[in-house]
Formats: sequence, C-alpha cells, structure tokens
Amino acid sequence: MNTTALKDLLYRLADDQLILGHRNSEWNGLGPILEEDIAFSSMAQDKLGHSLQLYTLLHNLGEAEPDTVAFTRNAPQFHCTQLVELPIGDYAFSLIRHFLYDHAELLRFQLLATSSYEPLAQVARKLKGELKYHVLHANTWVKQLGTSTEEAIEMLQTALNETLPYALGLFEKTEHEEAIIADGIFPGEDELKAQWLESISKVLAQTNLELPDLSTVAPVYGGRHGEHTEHLQPLLDEMAEVFRLDPTADW
Amino acid sequence: MYGSVSTHDIPAQAPTGLENEDPQLLAEFEARIARGEKIEPDDYMPALYRKQLIRMIEQHAHSEIIGSLPEGTWITRAPGFRRKMAQMAKVQDEVGHAQLLYSAAETLGKTREEMITDLINGKSKYSNVFNYPTPTWADSNVISWLIDAGAIVNQMANAKGSYGPYCRALERICAEESFHLKYGHDAVVHMATGTPTQRRMMQEALNRWWPPIMTFFGPADKMSQHTEILMRWKVKMASNDDCRQQFLDMYVPKILEIGLTIPDPKLRKNEETGKWEYTEPDWDELRRVINGDGPCNKERLAVRRAAEENGAWVRRALQAKQQAAKHVRPLA
Repeated sequence: MNTTALKDLLYRLADDQLILGHRNSEWNGLGPILEEDIAFSSMAQDKLGHSLQLYTLLHNLGEAEPDTVAFTRNAPQFHCTQLVELPIGDYAFSLIRHFLYDHAELLRFQLLATSSYEPLAQVARKLKGELKYHVLHANTWVKQLGTSTEEAIEMLQTALNETLPYALGLFEKTEHEEAIIADGIFPGEDELKAQWLESISKVLAQTNLELPDLSTVAPVYGGRHGEHTEHLQPLLDEMAEVFRLDPTADW
Repeated sequence: MYGSVSTHDIPAQAPTGLENEDPQLLAEFEARIARGEKIEPDDYMPALYRKQLIRMIEQHAHSEIIGSLPEGTWITRAPGFRRKMAQMAKVQDEVGHAQLLYSAAETLGKTREEMITDLINGKSKYSNVFNYPTPTWADSNVISWLIDAGAIVNQMANAKGSYGPYCRALERICAEESFHLKYGHDAVVHMATGTPTQRRMMQEALNRWWPPIMTFFGPADKMSQHTEILMRWKVKMASNDDCRQQFLDMYVPKILEIGLTIPDPKLRKNEETGKWEYTEPDWDELRRVINGDGPCNKERLAVRRAAEENGAWVRRALQAKQQAAKHVRPLA
C-alpha cells in the first residue's frame, strides 16, 4: 500500500473536518434561532471528533500527535479545501456550505467504509452514521427555507451560486489519485462527484432553488495543495493562541 | 448559569395586587404550595405569582444565552482537542438551558420573541457577572468552575420551588451543570498546578473574578425587600446571603487546596457564628452593572441584537411556512 498517498488522503479528510468544525462552532450565540445555535454546535463537535479520529490514524502511521498536527501547522501545510475555511458569513451561506459539504462527506465515508485500508474503513463506518444526521439537518433546512418566502429563496440561491465553485474544490485531485484508486483505498474523486451531484440534485428538486449548470462553473482548486484563502491563517492563529502560549504546558 | 439578579424582588406597591385575587382561590393556592404540590400552567395562580415567575425564569433564560458569550469566545481558542470539544459541549449546554427556560416561561403566557425583545431593549435583566470580560482562557475556566458552582447552589434550591415547569427544567439543568463543574474544576486544577505561566494566568483570573462572584447571588439580604411572600409561595427558595454562605462553605477550601489565593484579606470563617465574614461587596457597582453600566453590557447586547437582526429573515421564512399550522402552547 502506498503510505504517502494514504497519508495525503487522510490529511485532506482530517483537515476538512477540523476547519469546518471550527467554523461551525463560531455560530455559538449567533444563530437565527436557539435551535440552530445548538445544531451547529452539535455538528461542530462531531466534526472535531471526526478529525481527531483521522489524525489518530495518521499518528498511527508515524505522524505527530493529533494536538501537535492540528494546533501547530501553518496554512501552507493544510490540505483542506478552501470551501471550509471561508468565514461563516450569513446563515444562508453557512447552511448552503453545510448542505454541499455534508452530502459529499456522507458519500465519501460511505465509499470509504469498504476501503482496503481497514483502520480507515472502520472509522468510516462509524462516521457515516453521524454524517447521516448532518445531511438530514441540511436537507430539512434547505427544503423548508427553499420553499418559503421569496426573500429566503433569494438568499439561498445567491449563496448556492457563490458557494458552488468552492464546493467543487472538494473533488480536487492530488498527484496520489491514481495510487489511491489502484490500492483500493478510495474509488476516487470523479466517482464521488458523480454521486454527490445526484444526491444534491434530488434535494434541490424539491425546492424553488436552481442548481447552476456545473459545466459553466469553474471549480476553486488549490486547497489540497496548500494554497489557501487569506482566511485560513488567521483562523489557525486564533485556534492556536492559547496552545502556543506555553508549548510545554498540559492544558 | 444564574444567580440572583434583582436588587428588589418585588416593587414596593406590588403586594396590593393581591386585593384583586379571589380569597378562596388564593387560600387554596397557598394551601397547595404549603403541602408541597406543584403549580401547573393551567392551574389558578395569582397575577403577582405569574408575573414574578415570568420575570425570574426569563432572567434565568437570558443569563444562559448571554452567559454563553464570554465562554463562547474561547471555543475557537481552546488549547487542544480535549478542551476544544469540551468547551463547545459546555457552551452548547448553556444555550440548551436557555431553550428549556424560554419554554418554561412561555407556559406562563409570554412568548420567546417577547422575552428576547425585552432582553435586547434592556427591559429585562440577566446575571450581572456576564457583563465582565474574559480576557484569558483562565477567565473562561473560572466561569466554568465557580460561576457554574454558584449557579448550582442557586438552582438546586429553586428546583424545589412551586412551579412545575420551572422545577423540571431546573432538574435537567442542574444535572448538566454538575458536569460543567467537573469540567471547570479539571481545567482550573490543570492550570493552577501547571507551569509558572499557567499558574500566574489562573491566579490573575481568580483575582479578576472574585468580586463579581461575590455579587453573583444578589445583594445582601438586609438590602433585599419583600421576599417573604415569594418565600411563602416557593418562588424564591433561599436567601441571597444563604446561597453565598453555602457557596463559600463549599468552594473556599477547594480553591485554597489547589494553591490559589483569594483576594479578600477579610475573608474568614467565624467559628462562633459559623458564618463567613468578608469584605462588603460593592453593591453600588452591582446596581450600576445590572442597570447597564458594566464593562461589557453594550458589547453583549450588541452581539445578541446583531444575531436577532441577521437571523430575522430565517424566522420570517419559518413563520410563513407555519402560518397554517395551529399554534401549540408549550407545556414544558
């Protein structure tokens, strides 16, 4: 098994979950209703837990401790897609990001549940059970807001149009794509993207929202190769603010 | 997280409101409470009882959502996975408590929207301690441990009160707060027994938080008026001073045990009276902070107001969807 390719995949998965978990947690105290504060916090906790499990797999493959990996790297060392690092914006953006991201993640971990790398398959079987609820949450809100007032439909449509290029960045391939597929670790980004498109289309068809023609949307790539927006480094600085005060300390 | 807010429990003219109550119903109501029965939403209750409960539960709910802000700012900065996940879960619990409490208060006839509007307009109050800043991670830990500890003292007493929905909400809340207490204690102990930097941070945080903690239970009993009828109706279950004494009994030894000092040279237990003696808290400051002139009042309410304004379109959309649905009154 190509360990370098495996690690590359694990870093992509883990970094996505960590950074989006962090972003979701910023909704504390700011949700449009209390129930959404609570829901975003639950999903944030799950995502943080998911990233911890994936960093633990990396640690078992010889990488540093999860805390060290998460709290001491800088932006160029991160493999997350730019989608997850964008600021939370308004609720319409955060909801649409959550919808587009979690549909992809649920499918991704369903595919990984039969990965040839058994430790990852085990983690995936557990995570997909939790991600199912994230998708359920996103669908519920996209459907109820996407069929309500003109104002809400317009907010969501704008968010969808603006977020889609970043969401397509989720399927950015790295130089290890062929090795990952050949080793049976993961069936590949093209397969995932096809399933994702079908999955989100089904939900959007039940709303007044329109999915733009994807052939006209230029994906935002770069995140998987360490190229990030100006938003990631400040996020990381904030995340590590206390941790870096005294690196020898046990907090 | 809730202490005691009011400088006066009832406006001076309020008891006269009882003259409008049916004497027989009032007598039955008082007899039920004396027998330890719970009052439920559809039962008879004097207008004054309803009013006081709405005010108290509403203030408690506001304290939970506003209280989630000073600790919430440390979620994104919590050091390490373990603390980050726990801090998130802890703060999420507080928002959940607000949700439970707004539902309990709604059973008395005031909607969540009305309550939140009153909060934003400064008409209703919340616990004064959340108007103080949390400049470091250690400050957040002090809140998690000692403010939650104080809240448990207060809420355990109120859970034995007379209004069913509030008592049931408090029982659930106290169960969660007891986890917060363990979390806060663990975080404080780690810092108080950690590196010199951590120990210094924790002592400074405790020094900052001690005066607000001492006022958390509300003004001295000698300054509180008209509590007799609220005690009889089991709206208020323990006096402010009793709660403060109980807190000091339970937590002063624990604070000293981990090598921290308490910034009050007069603090000592008088072995003859069995009571703690302490420097008289600055009650004028408490009054000023409750009435809006604390270090963070404006900031806290601005955050809440912005959240309400930014989320208004979502609530409008939900209402449009639910217009046809029959409104169901919560029974908490």
